[in-house]
Amino acid sequence: MLCKRIRRRQALPSARKDPSTLAVYERSSHRHPNTNALTLDVALIHFENVGLRYGMGPEILRDLTFDIPRRSFQFLTGPSGAGKTTLLRLLFMSLQPTRGLIRMFDRDLSQIPRAELPMLRRRVGIVFQDFRLLDHLTTYENVALPLRVRGKDEASYRTDVIELLKWVGLGERINVLPPVLSGGEKQRAAIARALMDRPEILLADEPTGNVDPPMARRLLNLFLELNRLGTAVVIATHDLGLMDQVDARRMILTEGRLDIYE
Amino acid sequence: MNDLNRLKNALKKSGSKPEKKTATPHSSSSGGRRTEMRVRPTGPILPPSNIQGNALMVVIAIMSFLACLTFGGVSMVRATASSWESQISREITIQIKPQDGLDMDAALKKARDLALTFVGTKQGTIMDDAATARLLEPWLGAGLDLKELPVPRLVIITIDEANPPDFAGMRDLLKAEVPQAFLDDHRTWVDRLVSMAHTTVLIGMSILILVFTAMILTVIFATRGALSGNRHIVEVLHFVGAESGFVASEFQKHFLKISLKGSAAGGALAALLFASASLWQSNSLATPQSDQATALFGTFTIDFFGYLGIVATMIVIALLTTLTARFTVMRTIDEIDLIRSDPGRSDGIPSS
Ligand SMILES: Nc1ncnc2c1ncn2[C@@H]1O[C@H](COP(=O)(O)OP(=O)(O)OP(=O)(O)O)[C@@H](O)[C@H]1O
Ligand SMILES: [Mg+2]
Repeated sequence: MLCKRIRRRQALPSARKDPSTLAVYERSSHRHPNTNALTLDVALIHFENVGLRYGMGPEILRDLTFDIPRRSFQFLTGPSGAGKTTLLRLLFMSLQPTRGLIRMFDRDLSQIPRAELPMLRRRVGIVFQDFRLLDHLTTYENVALPLRVRGKDEASYRTDVIELLKWVGLGERINVLPPVLSGGEKQRAAIARALMDRPEILLADEPTGNVDPPMARRLLNLFLELNRLGTAVVIATHDLGLMDQVDARRMILTEGRLDIYE
Repeated sequence: MNDLNRLKNALKKSGSKPEKKTATPHSSSSGGRRTEMRVRPTGPILPPSNIQGNALMVVIAIMSFLACLTFGGVSMVRATASSWESQISREITIQIKPQDGLDMDAALKKARDLALTFVGTKQGTIMDDAATARLLEPWLGAGLDLKELPVPRLVIITIDEANPPDFAGMRDLLKAEVPQAFLDDHRTWVDRLVSMAHTTVLIGMSILILVFTAMILTVIFATRGALSGNRHIVEVLHFVGAESGFVASEFQKHFLKISLKGSAAGGALAALLFASASLWQSNSLATPQSDQATALFGTFTIDFFGYLGIVATMIVIALLTTLTARFTVMRTIDEIDLIRSDPGRSDGIPSS
């Protein structure tokens, strides 16, 4: 599936640039803007004036307008409680905005019937802050779950799953139940599960929250590789050390507003 | 597969990047260790058994036992009633009470001939002394001299069921000609028996409906309970892109297993009960208790179709349970979906 996807080596500049950040321009300048030819399918996801409040509470997110371009790599950061997880849930179509417009894969989200959403969600991989592995299934079964819910035959994906598990360093933990896994191992199992069906975009919520710095770097490299292979990646984190390792786009949430540093 | 190799190769390449020095214990794609890993046979997404599931199984077993019992009882009553109906209404009897100065034999003949003048009667038989004695033997003993006893005598008239005679006219005529004659068309009997049987069948049906309703409600509660008990699983399935149909079918499988086990146990128990009852009856045939029971209930034997009905009841229960579970899951998942996606209502929902 990955290889079938159009491969464009260059990530394209996003629709919104913040002129106040000079440093980030340097980063975007080494890309090759080719906006003319591909403006239409540039954005996997497009947000316009999106606002969200829980219940009667304050607006957690206010007037968000941004794009997640195809094959892009970005960090989403901000203080705890800023709404990173909430924004990721919006990106996963698991939450509806209180107002504003969201376009996913070139379709207006509000126009998509609910029964069709699972099909769109299958193009998005998500890793949770708290992993959400099923404790009664082995690591292998947990990671294979996305394929299983797509109705695939177990024999058809077994080697793929095992290979992916080896790839994230869980080759020896295949038949172990999650409660036995260490935090970092759970993290990697959760990431493997999100990657299993080769999503077009990967959303990761604090993917390095439970690992030591070397492992964090390894995971980051994993994400970068994935991105190089064509998957857009959004990593929500407040790990400044992690973000400093990569010169990537940064989306910073503060008090409900989003600033983007390219 | 191909993609994965590319991914893997790409990672190997990137492995030559800075982080390679920091040798992590998890050296990732550690070469092509090609040994096929063993994995256990994939388990069900829902954990197979818990206390709730066992309790539900027992409830379903009891319900299906009751349902099968009711079903068997109803089919027994119906069989008996229809045999009564067909046997009795084929004949009517004219009873002639003895009276001083009455020539019984002449009266019997006269009554028979009178009855046979009506359209719709086929044949008249006068029960002779021997037959009457036989009839009375259980009460009065053998070696009976009917001449000495004021025993009523019977004329049995076979009638054409399709075209029955005018019973009221026949009764009037008999009354006028042979005052001692009493026409019994068994109508009251038959009507009463049949209506009793019908009432019994109706009661049985209502019990069946009640049992099924109770079962459906139980399953709805159990499903909702299972859903809220396994909410985290529903959430995970949602986040890996499952459609509600898939989630529903997982729960459906879970409940199908439970209800198949439960209804098989209940149905088998009911079948066993019927089988042993009929065994007892055939073993103790012709003993007074057994005869009374037979007279009252007919034979306990539920025939092949009765057992087939029990199997059908079991299948219906399993299907009903499964369908109910599916329907409930679909609805509940829809609700969960709505609540999850609506930030205005998502108070109780884990946010991450
Ligand atoms: N389901 C919910 N109902 C009501 N309020 C919620 C819900 N989920 C999140 N919130 C609130 O929304 C705000 C943003 O939460 P969110 O989890 O998105 O923050 P975050 O940026 O991910 O924080 P952290 O970095 O600690 O994970 C918080 O104030 C939180 O209390
Ligand atoms: Mg969070």
